[in-house]
Amino acid sequence: MTKLLISRGFQAIFTLWLVSMVVFGSVHLSGDPAMAMTPQGASAEDIAVMKKKWGLDQPLPVQYGRWLAGVLQGDLGTGIRHNLPVWELIQPRLVNSIKLGAVSMLFAIAVAVPLATVAALNRGTIWDRSAMAFGLAGQALPTFWVGLLLVMFISVRLRLLPVAGSGTWQHYVLPAFTMSLYMSAGIMRLLRSALLEVLDSEFVKLARAKGVSEFWVIWKHAMRNALIPVVTFSGFMLGTAIASAISIETVFVYPGIGLLTFEALHDRDFPLIQAIVMISSSIMILLNFLVDVAYGLLDPRIRNQ
Amino acid sequence: MNDTSSNLAPAATRAHRLRARVKSMPVFALLIVAVVVLISIGADLITQTVIPKPEAIDLRFRYTPPWPMDGSSATHLLGTDQLGRDLLSRMIKGAQTSLLVALTCIFIAASAGTLLGLISGYWGGWVDTAIMRLVDAMLAFPAILVALVLVVTVGASFGMIVFTIAFLMWAPFARVVRGEVLSVKERNFVALSRIAGASAPRVLFFEILPNIINTVVVMATLQVGSAIVVESSLSFLGAGIPPPEPTWGNLVAEGRNVMDSAWWVSTFPGIAILLVVLSFNLLGDWLRDTLDPNLRTL
Repeated sequence: MTKLLISRGFQAIFTLWLVSMVVFGSVHLSGDPAMAMTPQGASAEDIAVMKKKWGLDQPLPVQYGRWLAGVLQGDLGTGIRHNLPVWELIQPRLVNSIKLGAVSMLFAIAVAVPLATVAALNRGTIWDRSAMAFGLAGQALPTFWVGLLLVMFISVRLRLLPVAGSGTWQHYVLPAFTMSLYMSAGIMRLLRSALLEVLDSEFVKLARAKGVSEFWVIWKHAMRNALIPVVTFSGFMLGTAIASAISIETVFVYPGIGLLTFEALHDRDFPLIQAIVMISSSIMILLNFLVDVAYGLLDPRIRNQ
Repeated sequence: MNDTSSNLAPAATRAHRLRARVKSMPVFALLIVAVVVLISIGADLITQTVIPKPEAIDLRFRYTPPWPMDGSSATHLLGTDQLGRDLLSRMIKGAQTSLLVALTCIFIAASAGTLLGLISGYWGGWVDTAIMRLVDAMLAFPAILVALVLVVTVGASFGMIVFTIAFLMWAPFARVVRGEVLSVKERNFVALSRIAGASAPRVLFFEILPNIINTVVVMATLQVGSAIVVESSLSFLGAGIPPPEPTWGNLVAEGRNVMDSAWWVSTFPGIAILLVVLSFNLLGDWLRDTLDPNLRTL
């Protein structure tokens, strides 16, 4: 287990370093950030002052070193547009996004687990086929488009829920539902096929032969094993969740980190963009690390590899 | 995953198996893919002759509703946008762009991923470790966010977008191909080929690759849908192929603010994305059940 922790830990740090290189590189090699930051038609002196102020007159490795040293000490820099430490801009938005993500995850699990169980237990029936249809459609729907349709029908036409913004529980319903579609479709398909495989295995037959009730066979013996691929998948799913958060939060004008990303890209606020990417990546890498560890805890074979 | 192959009787002949596979072919999905591919190839021909040109502006016909609604015209079957441009024509042109982007980046991602997977699995050692650590890293950070930043900072162009999406998608190919190579390279014909003096590239491309190409094709088909969704999301966020060049994503974005009065501008391109992605996914599922050697009933 210790060995697993150490190797995964190193991998996590390596990944984060790679991300920092790509992000820093894309911002600084793609042209002069000073040019992008100053208004059009600014004089050469203005640009020079700007460069001096942001340290852009230094060689690239020096700039990278300074930036990285700052990040490691918790100083993510200052945003250009709002002239505030970027962490102050990001922190409240991040809290909002985590809330939205958590609600979506709950939606997804609440839909996917019962659906997958019913489908696996009634294989080949109309229930199974409906569940599969849901799974296929959920993975093919462009989320930004679903969001637009929901806003139009439920909020604008029927006036059932607020159109945009945040504050009350009603503001969570539509964005969380939209975000949960892809996740629940993915969880459902994986869990269904894992359950089918597990229900066919020797230890489930043994449990049944011992006279364990069907309820416990499913919940204790089958579900625990079928959840392993789902747990692994949840790490990848987080990546798609972060990606879809950008378009979903933009559609619903929900003040989360996704909308902040969209605004920062629009304003070409590079320190803010760098900070957002670093923070989202750290969170995802950390969660992937935890998933790997959880995987080891769930399955002793992996722990001892 | 074994759903269909396990239904087949073990004594079934090759012809029987083939017939069973063809029978379960997703005809509807295949039809949609075929139609969209044909339309994309003939896009310029169709939009220059049969229907109005995609870039033809006619302000008298702004927001004409789709046929046969009140105030519609048969010239604009799916209606028009805020500049009176024909939506159907723009969607056909958009199909060409979206499909070209998706297929090109899948081709690049699959080739790069396969090559790295072959190298990684065949040579092993530190090369393998390095490539696989890179794959793990690729799968562990929000790549699409980095892609978005890349496209916005470097500037959106066809090449940049294809490169970025390909960069997002090569890693799963490398991982799966490596796994396949590890098992194939232990087989006798590979050893014999090596004893016969074949060079490493020869063994890799002529002995090992033909045995794993099915897997690559299946994965590529399954990934086309994701590529289309990623491309349309980038377009929707304003980081895709820049307007006035229509793509399905930026057409949805254009109609965003007029959803209440001119719902068709966003709705039809969205339906197009949904249908095409769904079809590619169904086709991929079917190909996987049919081609993947691990599932074959031999």
